Amino acid sequence: MAISKRKVRGAAPAATAEQSIEYYKTMLLIRRFEEKAGQLYGMGLINGFCHLYIGQEAVVVGMQAALKDGDSVITSYRDHGHMLACGMDAKGVMAELTGRAGGYSKGKGGSMHMFSREKHFYGGHGIVGAQVPLGTGLAFAHHYREDGGVCLCYLGDGAINQGQVYESFNMASLWKLPVVYVIENNKYAMGTSIERSSAGTELARRGAAYNVPGKQVDGMDVMAVRAAADEAVGHARRGDGPFILEMKTYRYRGHSMSDPAKYRTKEEVAKMREQHDPIDQLRKKMLEEGQTSEEVLKEIDRQVKGIVGEAADFAQSSPEPDAQELWTDILVEA
Amino acid sequence: MPIQILMPALSPTMTEGKLARWLKGEGDAVKSGEILAEIETDKATMEMEAVDEGTLGKILVPDGTEGVAVNTPIAVLLADGEGDEALQRVIERAVADTAPVAAKAPQASVQPAPAPATAPPTAAAEKVYAKTIRQTVREALRDAMAEEMRRDPAVFLMGEEVAQYQGAYKVSQGLLDEFGPKRVIDTPITEMGFTGLGVGAAYAGLKPIVEFMTFNFSMQAIDQIINSAAKTLYMGGGQLGSPIVFRGPNGAASRVGAQHSQCYASWFAHCPGLKVVAPYSAADAKGLLKAAIRDPNPVLVLENELLYGQSFEVPDDPDFVIPIGKAKIERSGSSVTITAFSRMVHLALEAAALLAKEGIEAEVINLRSLRPLDVETIVASVKKTNRIVSLEEGWPFAGIGAEIAAVMQEQAFDWLDAPVTRVTGKDVPMPYAANLERMALPQIDDVVAAAKAVCYR
Repeated sequence: MAISKRKVRGAAPAATAEQSIEYYKTMLLIRRFEEKAGQLYGMGLINGFCHLYIGQEAVVVGMQAALKDGDSVITSYRDHGHMLACGMDAKGVMAELTGRAGGYSKGKGGSMHMFSREKHFYGGHGIVGAQVPLGTGLAFAHHYREDGGVCLCYLGDGAINQGQVYESFNMASLWKLPVVYVIENNKYAMGTSIERSSAGTELARRGAAYNVPGKQVDGMDVMAVRAAADEAVGHARRGDGPFILEMKTYRYRGHSMSDPAKYRTKEEVAKMREQHDPIDQLRKKMLEEGQTSEEVLKEIDRQVKGIVGEAADFAQSSPEPDAQELWTDILVEA
Repeated sequence: MPIQILMPALSPTMTEGKLARWLKGEGDAVKSGEILAEIETDKATMEMEAVDEGTLGKILVPDGTEGVAVNTPIAVLLADGEGDEALQRVIERAVADTAPVAAKAPQASVQPAPAPATAPPTAAAEKVYAKTIRQTVREALRDAMAEEMRRDPAVFLMGEEVAQYQGAYKVSQGLLDEFGPKRVIDTPITEMGFTGLGVGAAYAGLKPIVEFMTFNFSMQAIDQIINSAAKTLYMGGGQLGSPIVFRGPNGAASRVGAQHSQCYASWFAHCPGLKVVAPYSAADAKGLLKAAIRDPNPVLVLENELLYGQSFEVPDDPDFVIPIGKAKIERSGSSVTITAFSRMVHLALEAAALLAKEGIEAEVINLRSLRPLDVETIVASVKKTNRIVSLEEGWPFAGIGAEIAAVMQEQAFDWLDAPVTRVTGKDVPMPYAANLERMALPQIDDVVAAAKAVCYR
């Protein structure tokens, strides 16, 4: 069993300056997008459940960097970052949050339910853990078609205790399906800490009984994530079956917008932000290594602000869905 | 005293079988636990063990005899010291016994439907096929899958025991041989997992057929059926459909208790985003399953174990498909409408035959499809008969009959001359005891009584 507790730190060839800047830009886009979503929620323009990804950006950006065109991605409800990392348009995502016709689901899905066939993003699922068999099915389709594709199936430290996750590990391993299970361990399943919910807290080992190799990764370090992603995706693409990556990460905001997060201290959150922030870490590294300059980063900040501002405007100006939409998309007309 | 060896029931629903081969001959000594013979049921070949010790005195039913009814004497076992005289006595008794035993059909069995008193109207958009073949429901389902798998390489079958075992109820017999393990896939016992896997594969554009060994086990997976398969098209604004079929035996089997005997028709028919069909005949089974596989939406095909072995005429045409959402008038009549689906159609037809003797001509509608429900056909019938009895084996509360009653008062109120009446399974978990089980399920007499009541007779 290839269980490694060693955290992977930049084991793969160092990223080029171009790649680093790309990761920085995408992480910053997710951060600013989510901050804007939080603002719009506060203004009453976004309602219902809204789970922000702030703090976890390095996970999805590092993972995405290892994918090829045609690979598929699926996750649960904390999904805005995944969509942006998949290249989905910020306008369409934001307009879905405001429930407008210009949203990815014409306003009928909301924060947790968006899809893009074009970008091979298969949701956006609101039932904790349900995306894991679904993602295993996407991998099954790659396998069935022999198209060389891999599925990235994200789940959290809460979902990992659902029975269907293990049903999936078993089948994926049995049939050598090309799937990477990315456990985003942000330490809290809603308000319940991992120590209070999991008898075994080393989540990378959860596939051991099914011969699924696993690895713990510093999920706040995009380069470490990228290196682990290369290894895991390569394993799956070679036909060696599933792989588990446990990303040690952290969310700065509550579980959802309505969560006051009383289950952890302000100091704990502040410490993570100050010492482990994925964006600050990469920014510092790029500047130290001379990969970029303050001017370039400033320009990126400006561009990202522009994209997010435009998305927020679009999300407010796009009309509400037509009343006719109530009755469409229930069944595909045969 | 010589002992009669009787044809054993080797499964809960077995009514008859083939005596494939005797492993002991006349005059052989038999010890308790030894294999006496091989019995072929419609599902499998099973070994029959001796219960008592003695000498096999006489074989009454020779090798290769087909259609031997359960409880028919098949051999005589002699105790030590018993001779020809005792043997002769018991053989005479066995022969005398055989007739009534064979004639007495077990409660659970379904006899072929009687010929309708009047020919079913073919006008109800029912295409007529020149050539038909006689097939069991089981064979028709298998052929439907095989034909669609030949037609579309994206179609595959997965479920427990569907491949090497040839199907727990032998529905997938031969499919592994033809299509190989890539397209006929044995899963672990992991309903929620393989259902979700199937839905994910459907998102990606494959066309899975997911077999539940019985629909009772679909409860393990209902979240994936409703939340992942039924709702995703809507939630995604039309982007992502789930072209998937969930199929397997539904409803009461026979003497298997509450957890294995339940009708899920109204559970699934409740949900927008799903289609639900419930075939009765082999033609229904083939035509509806083919339609379900071709449909771009999630479709549940609710089969019935007790019908698997029943034979019907099936159109012999590769393009034979029954459109989902169309009911079939199995028997036309002007006195009362009886709606039914799956095995209950047989009951309705039997009841109609009895009613006809009393001058009540029942129109029997085989619903075939529960979502969408063919309201048009039902309303048209009620406009003619002014009375309706809904028959189903599921529970009454919020059942299919409750829905039909609501729709009738909405759309046929002015034509009704009597309250809409339901005949359903009793509102209790299914009991095991034979008498209680019979009481829990609709019987022909119940249907006759309900039809007479709405006719004020």
